[in-house]
Amino acid sequence: MLKIQIPTPLRQYAGKQAAVEVKGSTVAEALNSLVRLHPDLKRHLYTDDGKLRAFVNVYVNDEDIRYLEKEATQLKENDNISIVPSIAGGSREAGMNSRSARTLIRQMICPTVCCPACCCCQ
Amino acid sequence: MNSAQPGAEPAASPITCVLMLKIYQPLHDSLRRHSEETYPHECCGVLLGQIADGGRVVTSIARCGNTRDDSPRNRYHIDPRELIRIQREGRDRGEDIVGFYHSHPDHPPHWSQTDFAEAHWYGCSYVITSVVQGKAQATRSFELTGNDETEKRFVDESIEVAPEPMGRMP
Ligand SMILES: [Zn+2]
Repeated sequence: MLKIQIPTPLRQYAGKQAAVEVKGSTVAEALNSLVRLHPDLKRHLYTDDGKLRAFVNVYVNDEDIRYLEKEATQLKENDNISIVPSIAGGSREAGMNSRSARTLIRQMICPTVCCPACCCCQ
Repeated sequence: MNSAQPGAEPAASPITCVLMLKIYQPLHDSLRRHSEETYPHECCGVLLGQIADGGRVVTSIARCGNTRDDSPRNRYHIDPRELIRIQREGRDRGEDIVGFYHSHPDHPPHWSQTDFAEAHWYGCSYVITSVVQGKAQATRSFELTGNDETEKRFVDESIEVAPEPMGRMP
């Protein structure tokens, strides 16, 4: 049996499980087996034209499948597959200069400033 | 200065936030210290604990390296391999990944468009500490709500800094 590790945000579509056991001799087969068991996962992993989403990293043991044979990567018994959405970001907006950044800092450090989307403000 | 401190709100305040991140004081101190240590570069790390009704409880944090050597002052990226290891070690202790933290050197503690575009862990907290001239300023947290890329949204959540360690939620 192969084990696929499910990241926190996707567990609600995988019966709340942290890991799902599947069968398959390639990554594509293992992922197919996963979405057959849990069809709600499909749109979170694949785009409408059936490609793995760009921010969805798939690792076999500790290797990124992009640097192996991608979805054709062969699997061995007891391989551990991990689905890992990427974690990235950064402070600087495109085109923000340091003066507008300073103004923003002043605004944001002030505790009375609340984000308009915040539940506190509604 | 730090609006996340407990007791910062007036007692009679009618403001109640539904979303909340609860974190043990030394862990909160540690992620803020991390942001000062890496200044003027961005720091980043993972929050582990439990997701409970209406919020997340952080029972440990894991510091990560920032892989964005090309632009470490205003970009961060966590190596998925490091994340897999942290996830595995967390699970051995009964903890799940409940969020992430990073710093904004000389920028406000508010999510940027880059942060938003690159955020994909729905239901998790994204904690941001502003660092000005090497000193940690405000720390804020945002939950990435919604269930997919089209409906996702960052929503302000309050940080409750707990003076006592918190065990596993029942
Ligand atoms: Zn950021």
